[in-house]
Amino acid sequence: MNNKEYWFWLCNIHNIGLKKIQAILDMYETPEGAFHESEKGLELLKELTDADRHMIHKSKDSVRIKESYAKVIDKGIYFVTKEDTQYPDKLRNIFNPPFALYVKGNLPKNHIGSIAVIGARNCSDYGREVTKYFAGELAKAGLQVISGLARGIDGFAHEGALAGGGSTYGVLGSGIDICYPIENFSLYMDMQKQGGIISEYGIGVNPNPGFFPMRNRIISGICDGIFVVEAKEKSGSLITVDIGLEQGKNIYAMPGRINDQLSKGCNNLIKIGAKLVSEPEDILEDFFLNYKNSEKDMKKNYKLLETKEKMVYDSLSFFPKHMNEIAGETNFSIHELSEILLNLELKNYIKQVRKNYYVYIL
Amino acid sequence: MFSKALSAAVNGIDGMIVTVEADVSDGLPMFDLVGYLGSEVREARERVRISLKNSGYHLPPKRITINLSPADIRKEGTAFDLPIAIAILTAFGYIPQENLEHTLFIGELSLNGEINKVNGVLPIVYTAFKQGFTRCIVPVSNIKEGAVVQGIDVYGVSSLQEVIRFLNNDSLLEPYFLDVEELFSNHTEKEDIDFSDVTGQELAKRAIEVAASGMHNILMVGPPGAGKTMLAKRIPTIMPELSFEESLEISKIYSVSGLLNNNQSLILKRPFRSPHHTITTAALTGGGGTPMPGEISLSHFGVLFLDEFPEFNRNTIEILRQPLEENEVTITRLQGTFRYPANFMMVAAMNPCSCGHYPDRSKCNCSPNQVKRYLGKISRPLLDRIDICIETLQVSYKDLKEKKVSETSKNIRERVMKVREVQMQRYRNENFNYNSQLTPKTISKYCKLGKEEQILIEKAFTKMNLSARAYHRILKVARTIADLDSAENINLKHLSEAICYRSLDKKYWEE
Repeated sequence: MNNKEYWFWLCNIHNIGLKKIQAILDMYETPEGAFHESEKGLELLKELTDADRHMIHKSKDSVRIKESYAKVIDKGIYFVTKEDTQYPDKLRNIFNPPFALYVKGNLPKNHIGSIAVIGARNCSDYGREVTKYFAGELAKAGLQVISGLARGIDGFAHEGALAGGGSTYGVLGSGIDICYPIENFSLYMDMQKQGGIISEYGIGVNPNPGFFPMRNRIISGICDGIFVVEAKEKSGSLITVDIGLEQGKNIYAMPGRINDQLSKGCNNLIKIGAKLVSEPEDILEDFFLNYKNSEKDMKKNYKLLETKEKMVYDSLSFFPKHMNEIAGETNFSIHELSEILLNLELKNYIKQVRKNYYVYIL
Repeated sequence: MFSKALSAAVNGIDGMIVTVEADVSDGLPMFDLVGYLGSEVREARERVRISLKNSGYHLPPKRITINLSPADIRKEGTAFDLPIAIAILTAFGYIPQENLEHTLFIGELSLNGEINKVNGVLPIVYTAFKQGFTRCIVPVSNIKEGAVVQGIDVYGVSSLQEVIRFLNNDSLLEPYFLDVEELFSNHTEKEDIDFSDVTGQELAKRAIEVAASGMHNILMVGPPGAGKTMLAKRIPTIMPELSFEESLEISKIYSVSGLLNNNQSLILKRPFRSPHHTITTAALTGGGGTPMPGEISLSHFGVLFLDEFPEFNRNTIEILRQPLEENEVTITRLQGTFRYPANFMMVAAMNPCSCGHYPDRSKCNCSPNQVKRYLGKISRPLLDRIDICIETLQVSYKDLKEKKVSETSKNIRERVMKVREVQMQRYRNENFNYNSQLTPKTISKYCKLGKEEQILIEKAFTKMNLSARAYHRILKVARTIADLDSAENINLKHLSEAICYRSLDKKYWEE
């Protein structure tokens, strides 16, 4: 058995978690040492129970370990331990780093800045559009976009980053080969080509509510800054922020209206000192010393549009607007308006987010 | 002695002539009924015997046999009581056989000799007329319904004695006269609902106008209280008034179902049926042991409104696919196959999620998955049959307060009627009447696109990921919009409006 296989063994013993592994390593220094030690020696460790010792003893089946390790490799999954050079440096320095990571695709590069974009699962249409835009711009500027491949903001962050042509990394709260939630399967596949999927858990481990806070420490660990787009007052995203603060990361938050449930968490973050983000430059200037603010308008250049189209375009925002409302503001009849909207849509200026609801595209 | 009287049964929504034969011969006193009879018809024996007695006729103890011919078709209902009684009396010589010629009898007897109302009088009288009968004797409570058929004398009778006296020429009975034209002209709109009652919702109103003009099926998605039901209820008020032929066909269906009221001779208002979402398959499409028309047939030439669309039982809704394609429903039972017309406009309404407020995140807490599951309750094939889909908006207080003068049903109806005429004219050589019934083959014939229009639809096709079916639906709706605009050809603005109404794409369904 080689060194990797010893590590693989140590990280995959039932009921032996981070603390117990740490205790074992404190005693034997390497997994190989632990493997060849007799059961008696383990009795000195007060962290381990009799059942644990029995489990460790039972798991020392080198043929089976080799087989299961080969299975992981066969699936195109990398097993990266703390000793490897590929292991992200930023992660090494957190309070309780994972001993090994399973990776599909790549790991984030150490020398490139990375930003975590996180937020609520039940996000609004506004949140979705904003996330896609920001993730796209950040990725275009060269940042690595990190998130949790969950529903809502997380997924849209990855989507935006992919569309922006940058690299994006997803940290899972389940086994590396399990895509949860399944809706994000196409993202899961695409990200392996343009970034990577990372998990602390091996093949076939089902998602478990307890895994997600643990996953959050990795998200905050491998990034340099955390950007919260939409979060309720009590949100899982805030756990990531808390861990991030302990790890000394920059916190960015998107402001929202004061009575908006989905923005309360963000507004509270800003209140206690997070950086208010209203345009991608707010984040980028922290990453690139000489980042010059191009002062570009939030809206597309619309010199090419006709007068009527400009009127309609001007009445739109990131908040989805129903055709009736647009008609009310611009005084166009429904059949006139539908033609203008279709033209704008075909010209890629606006987008229909739901039936008869429109937003503009940046 | 042998005698026969003629009657009729209802088959589907048409009448079928039944000969009631009676024979009186010597032997043990008996009263036998044969001819594949349902239990109501078999019970007629007691009703006939006692009502004859109570009408003052003494039947000698003889062997009486009644046969209902054709004997291989099952007969149901109580309308044979009267012809059976008449046939017996004729066999005993109370009425001369020749007096029964070209006369059709229907009616249910009560024990004291009175004649009660029955269902299906209109289709029966209509069939009698077509088959060359000269007079029909029907219960007096059904007289207005029967008298609609012109060219045949229809007599309303209230007791068995009255019939006998009439047949023996002892008393004179006037055929009932109903002025159908007056009925139609006197039918003044006493509608207490009007399109101008609805404030705001310009998009929905316009879409409904288009839908009603081309008989397109429409789906409205919106939060509770956005006025979906209110709009749907007003759709019949903008559809053209019923023609006599249409009215006759609808009335036949209602007559068979026993839904014509006593004083009603014809259905003059376009049907608006709004079945509850717990409805069963049989009640929706028709069926039952003895098939009866279902809600889709009762909404023939009118509107079938399915509120809370996703709440309907999935199997029940899926049944709609065939009637929506063929405009009729075929029901096969042991007794035979029945066809009921079902040419209706389907109007469906639904909420965007189970709480009803998505995408308003300040009210809706549904997870994306829940929303998707809710929308997913409607199958693709059914959505493919819905040409127009719109989302309605919650009405704001501003809209309610600022009572803008909106168009009345009368104005909209004028435009709709104009478009209907254009379609009639255009499809005079085809076997359909409305734009919604265009098939892919006829679409290429009647919905020709210019160069610019083709470029637009091509762009939209690739940009919006449309399917072939969606493409055809867009063209059909564009044709109607062009007709509303009195345009010969479909041009850019018609096409873009139709694209705006297109049904939900797969993408929207999944996002």
